[in-house]
Amino acid sequence: MAQRLRRYGRTLLSFWATSLEAELEYQLNLVIELLAVLGNLAGSLFVLVLLAGPSGQLGGWSWNSALVVLGIYTLLDGFTSCVLQPNLSKIVSHVQNGTLDFVLLKPIDSQFWLSTRSFSPWGLPGVIAGLALIGWALVHNGEALSAGGMALAVALLVAGGLILYSLWFLLAGLSIWFVKVWNATEVLRYTLVAGRYPISAYPPALRLVFTLVLPVAFLTTVPAEALLGRASAAWALGSLAAAAISLVGTRLFWQFALRHYTSASS
Amino acid sequence: MAHRNGLKPVERALRIAAALLSSQYAYMLEYRAEIALWALSGVLPLIMLAVWQGSAGAAAAGLNPQGLGRYFLAAFVVRQFSVVWLIHVFEEDALQGKLSPQLLQPLQPLWRYLAAHVAEQATRVPFVALMLAAVLVLKPGLLWLPSAGQLLLGIVAIQAAFVLRFLLQTLVAMLCFWSERAAALDRLLLIPYLFLSGLVAPLESFPPAVRRLAECTPFPAMVSFPAKLLAGESVDVAGGFLNLALWCAVLFPLSRLLWQAGVRRYSAMGA
Repeated sequence: MAQRLRRYGRTLLSFWATSLEAELEYQLNLVIELLAVLGNLAGSLFVLVLLAGPSGQLGGWSWNSALVVLGIYTLLDGFTSCVLQPNLSKIVSHVQNGTLDFVLLKPIDSQFWLSTRSFSPWGLPGVIAGLALIGWALVHNGEALSAGGMALAVALLVAGGLILYSLWFLLAGLSIWFVKVWNATEVLRYTLVAGRYPISAYPPALRLVFTLVLPVAFLTTVPAEALLGRASAAWALGSLAAAAISLVGTRLFWQFALRHYTSASS
Repeated sequence: MAHRNGLKPVERALRIAAALLSSQYAYMLEYRAEIALWALSGVLPLIMLAVWQGSAGAAAAGLNPQGLGRYFLAAFVVRQFSVVWLIHVFEEDALQGKLSPQLLQPLQPLWRYLAAHVAEQATRVPFVALMLAAVLVLKPGLLWLPSAGQLLLGIVAIQAAFVLRFLLQTLVAMLCFWSERAAALDRLLLIPYLFLSGLVAPLESFPPAVRRLAECTPFPAMVSFPAKLLAGESVDVAGGFLNLALWCAVLFPLSRLLWQAGVRRYSAMGA
């Protein structure tokens, strides 16, 4: 087992090293991505100011705590650009062109290969900006976080990341049956924008949708509450359970999908 | 040359337009599933409506819930029918050399892309109607029927906004002749469009200085103006259309110049 883990770790390193080399050919992209992240952040802050109005509150969240939510959104968006988008959006073309066959023949887990083969450094500005915003907002919020609280917050952030990954993988994997849904992940990306604001800013019916159907609440609001030191046991457990279920779910889904994969007809 | 086949220039243009539109429409119908998903990805104004309705900022800016509902629903429709994706197909065509056969035809290739966009809009109609119906079932209070005049002006304004967006993206798309990743630049153009056009926040809620700044850019004409027309808010109709026309008049010759310079540089793939 340990040997297997080491082998996968080494593979991951060489995957990402080669992608970095390839991507660094396009250095102008760094400038563009930096500008895009800063522009998007400035715009989001501007809209947040408008929404909060003179009261400085949104859905019962103070200005600084709403900033934590926005920071987590920015962080997860960067994560999406770094790992999820460059990998999972390619599953469709693998199915379409029949190159999935080559992936399946490799002596490595196909889900692992498909999920980690590429790494795009252009999401890193978003990750850094998100972390900076979270840090800034937490310092200005003025409440010291205990070590246990911090550990819980990190665990919930990881759970959020895993839920996000599972959603992406599920939608991208559907292309095994429906090649035409290649842009389903774009729909996901545009609806997850709802995670920019705390879940309580939405009307009750939508809160339900954003918790059960499209788990935006687990992605940003729940980790933000933990970071602010007011995590509720029920939500934290719910989030961890949702992450575990969705991860096992993607595994079963992928095994099921592969049984239905018949390669591209030529 | 234009009189070849005994056709008058107008007749020839009409024939070409009909052929382009019908063939592109048939092509787009093949991709209905994808287009339905693209239509679904335009839900941003509806999400923003949900946040705005419960926010303190709306009351502070003097926006009433009914007006907000109409505005964002109208902005949703405007966004659906002014989507421009030219740069993504153009980049692929230019890089892979698919542009070359089109350059041999006696027709400016951009017309074909324009026809594809118009055909895509027509394919979207049923999906947008379905989404509107879903919204109205969930929230019947949002329903309103614009008068025939408002509807007509609104549709003209949406199309004008679409043409303006198409011209603006043509400018960036022409950079494909110089760079391999011009589509990345479109990401930058999307930011002011998102935040200054009125797509995520009505212009009334902006601080006065920011609002004046936004109104100096072409972006409010792309969403805010058509949406207000459709929602039946009081707007300066003549001023709004004049603004749209002026921006188009500025961008059209620029895009022509860039096209001519770019085609001279173009050497198909492998350059």
